[in-house]
Amino acid sequence: MKKLLKAGLIFALVVGVGIFMSHEIQAESIRLATTTSTEDSGLLDELLPIFTEETGIEVEVVAVGTGQALEIGRRGDADILMVHAPDLEKEFIEDGYGTERTYIMYNDFVIVGPPEDPAGLSDLVGERADIETAMTAIYEAGNDGSLRFLSRGDDSGTYLKEIALWEMTGLEDVEDTGWYNALGQGMGSTLITANEMAGYALTDRGTFLSMAEGLANLKILYKGDEALNNPYGIIPLNPEVFENANYEAAQQLVDFMVRDDIQKKIGEFGIDTFGQPLFFSGEE
Amino acid sequence: MDTLIEGFQEAFRLLISLDREVLQIIAVSLRVSGTALVFSVLIGLPLGTFLGLASFPGKKIITAFLYTGMGFPPVVVGLFVFIIFSNAGPLGDLNWLFTTRAIVVAQTVIALPLVAGFIMTAVMGVDKNLLLQLRTLGVTRFQMIWTIIKEARLGALIAIIAGFGAVISEVGAVMLVGGNIRGKTRVLTTAIMLETRQGRFGLAIALGIILLTITFIINIFMLNLQEKERN
Repeated sequence: MKKLLKAGLIFALVVGVGIFMSHEIQAESIRLATTTSTEDSGLLDELLPIFTEETGIEVEVVAVGTGQALEIGRRGDADILMVHAPDLEKEFIEDGYGTERTYIMYNDFVIVGPPEDPAGLSDLVGERADIETAMTAIYEAGNDGSLRFLSRGDDSGTYLKEIALWEMTGLEDVEDTGWYNALGQGMGSTLITANEMAGYALTDRGTFLSMAEGLANLKILYKGDEALNNPYGIIPLNPEVFENANYEAAQQLVDFMVRDDIQKKIGEFGIDTFGQPLFFSGEE
Repeated sequence: MDTLIEGFQEAFRLLISLDREVLQIIAVSLRVSGTALVFSVLIGLPLGTFLGLASFPGKKIITAFLYTGMGFPPVVVGLFVFIIFSNAGPLGDLNWLFTTRAIVVAQTVIALPLVAGFIMTAVMGVDKNLLLQLRTLGVTRFQMIWTIIKEARLGALIAIIAGFGAVISEVGAVMLVGGNIRGKTRVLTTAIMLETRQGRFGLAIALGIILLTITFIINIFMLNLQEKERN
């Protein structure tokens, strides 16, 4: 028994250390830090295998909020970023962390809520249909106690957009109200919570459509204002600042994303499953 | 209720069909947690034995640290490991962040206090009369320590079970330092997190059932070992 125990221990040791030390032999790879919305929609699962097949470069996707993705970039823990917060992206480049931002695609933000629509968003037409009116309607219905609002509250592109919309409308005290809930969670979790609480939420259309089947208590109540456009950009890390960054491979991914046939694929993605595209390729 | 039934069906289907991606997630989970466990036992066994036997000034403080470590929030461990291995951090040159190595480090830090703490308690629980007897028999120091470890082996087994249970089921630290990269650092817990986030509860439950089954099988195995050791 003693011998067996000893042998077992030595075996475990050798295997353990061996596994730990062995370099995994693998193809060239780059790390893409991106937002949960692009991963959750399934778009990357469709595009990246094509890229890998053509170039032999594997893409490791780390999906976090836009804020964290940019922070990962600032620390040099990725090779390339794909996010949707134009102002922050501009700042990122001005600070020298990235080389250049290339516009990839856009989708739009929509406001979802329970089909009963206590804020009456779906009744907004004509001149009354701008986003300020919609935000005000939510605010007033919230103060009346007839709805709850679920916010991501997590430093994501969607959250930044939502805050910008409240500020634009002049409703800056919204976070102090009782009907406003900042979750600190991803888009998927926020939609699931909104569905359970029959509340309102701002979401990108892609994530909502890709999850809509399980969200029986939610429908799109407001959409269309230009302020709700949601452009995605891709930024390789600056190799002069981060020696580790694989700029060449990152640039290859940029070129791939803007290529005509790939842009066409982006524009068609989701039509089969959802009856409408999740992203649009056209102009920003 | 429907979701639960769906989950069980899905789990069954995944296991029967040996879904490649699921198998890979299971493999990464076992490999990473197993490696972390080996490291924490390698360090924890001598450390725990030493603390259980020796008496020296400052032992109380070290013991207090160890007990604190046993209840240390894993996500805080994850935060520190993230900062240390981040490119801008002190060990950034290793490029370990978002690899299984960073996960192994985090899990080792999480399991080590548990393993060392339980082994220390087990060693302290060894009959004092045995020590006296051994001393009168004039055994060497090494022989004495070996006898004590053997006496405390049931406790040591519990230490290993506790350590493994803690790391295989950990999610916060693993998510932070591993990044949940598909095919690379995605483990059972972070996969469950991802599926839940996307509202695919069926698949999430299925993965949960697989995780529970794995820990259950390993515990059965350990219990058998314990039984054998006792006889």
